[in-house]
Amino acid sequence: MNINQYLSQPFAIHGIVAAILVAIACGLIAPFVMMRGLAFAVHGTSELAFTGAAAGLLTAQNPILGAYVGAVIVATLIGVFGNKEKERDSTIGVTLAFGLGVGVLLLSYYKGFASSATNILFGNIFGVTNWQIWLLGAITLLVILIMALIQRPLLFASVDPEVARAKGIKVKVLNFLFLYLLSLTVTSAAQVVGTLLVLSLTVTPAIAARKISAKPVTVTIYSIIFALISSVGGIFASLESGNIRPSILVSGISFLIFLICNALHSKQY
Amino acid sequence: MRKLPTPIIKLHNVTCNIGKRLLWENLDITINHGEFIAILGPNGSGKTSLLKVILDQFPEMSGEIEYCEENRVLGKPLIGYIPQQKPFDPTVPLTGRDLVNLGLSGNRYGFIKSQINNERVNQILERMNCADYADKPIGTLSGGEQQRLRAAQSMVNQPDLLLCDEPLLSLDIPSQQNLAAQIHEYSQETGAAVLFVTHEINPILPYVSKVLYLANGKWLFDKPEKIFKSRVLSKLYGSKIEVIELNDRLLIVGGEDESLTTHGHHHSHEGNFGDEH
Repeated sequence: MNINQYLSQPFAIHGIVAAILVAIACGLIAPFVMMRGLAFAVHGTSELAFTGAAAGLLTAQNPILGAYVGAVIVATLIGVFGNKEKERDSTIGVTLAFGLGVGVLLLSYYKGFASSATNILFGNIFGVTNWQIWLLGAITLLVILIMALIQRPLLFASVDPEVARAKGIKVKVLNFLFLYLLSLTVTSAAQVVGTLLVLSLTVTPAIAARKISAKPVTVTIYSIIFALISSVGGIFASLESGNIRPSILVSGISFLIFLICNALHSKQY
Repeated sequence: MRKLPTPIIKLHNVTCNIGKRLLWENLDITINHGEFIAILGPNGSGKTSLLKVILDQFPEMSGEIEYCEENRVLGKPLIGYIPQQKPFDPTVPLTGRDLVNLGLSGNRYGFIKSQINNERVNQILERMNCADYADKPIGTLSGGEQQRLRAAQSMVNQPDLLLCDEPLLSLDIPSQQNLAAQIHEYSQETGAAVLFVTHEINPILPYVSKVLYLANGKWLFDKPEKIFKSRVLSKLYGSKIEVIELNDRLLIVGGEDESLTTHGHHHSHEGNFGDEH
């Protein structure tokens, strides 16, 4: 089949729509992930979403719901225990290793077809169902609305928390709010690129964007564009190639964009 | 539009502890419009904590704070704040102009019209002589440039009260004098009161109208000529202190007070107190 024939297939359309929705949410939060030093938290959240997925599969036959529940629990723990960056990263490191082990253990008890949970690890963009599209759409809309509302105070609290607090901004409330948005976004992205490659949509686009601009709004716009190019481009490339998983190509394109931006980077920025 | 010396904020019998350690007891001071108040004292004497008290961020305190500007938002005066110097990371996606802009609209949710804001930001950037580098990433600027932008940020929304926590630290002497003069000028023009925590009295000595000296759980609040006396400071510290005047500069010698050094590095333990609660 060529691309045009693929585009008449529902599985490909679903995949592309899902990729667009996820990329918008990821690109939007990525600059704040960078500013707040949350890259490792993203990784931790997404891997523990896998544990949640395994638990969800075992108890309720619903790995996706399990993944969201797992991610929200992790976000809460990070919010409560990880106020300082170093503390946070060691807490995540310890929990991550344990949680992943638990996930694999849970999966070994599952007698059915376990691909739904392993799909969370590597992504299954072409297996996206109708209700998943609705879910991803609702989450992306929620992320856009809340980010539009809190963008300025969140920026302030992210770059300059002490003065933000002095200005009456509820820094802690914003921390939690952002962690919850992050956990929802990360779990959504995991369904497209898999938990192992989530960083390619939630961190890389912002770091690439920062190489060519220092303005927060510009960086955010570039970040969304880069995430979109990576995710949609990865799907097309995968369809074209026929046998390479989309998630691998998504992370490949994302990395390529980073390399180009890095080459364009000058002292000015 | 200089305002008369009416009070902005009054502290009544404020006592603060960090854990079991007493910072000071029954602090009773009134801060009026247009006053430039130097806050001095050894490390750990609670200078930063006092600013946190006024910012309503200090958990372990007793006593009362009275905000006298009730016509303002939230019944509090508008407060500008220059925190203890902490350089920005070079990767932060923020220009100097963005930082100043946050001082104006950073606490506002949703979308706002930014035209009037841009004008005010430009004005303060010009005034503080930082327009030249305001569009560069904040993390790539020198410590002095960052500090100047922080000062601009603290003044951009015309606060009634400026809280400055060692703003001169790590600046060279001409920059120190320049920044101190600009903060004083702002206070004179707008009638804002300034609370200026410092280890170094000399760069601000010409502007200081009152001194709050914290030491040994005690405090003194008076005009500088009454505080800077060997007898007065010796009594406060409980040990022999000499105050020497030398070509319009003050040297405070003896005790364990760092304010006598001209470039005292500050390692305050109460500095990040607010973060932990």
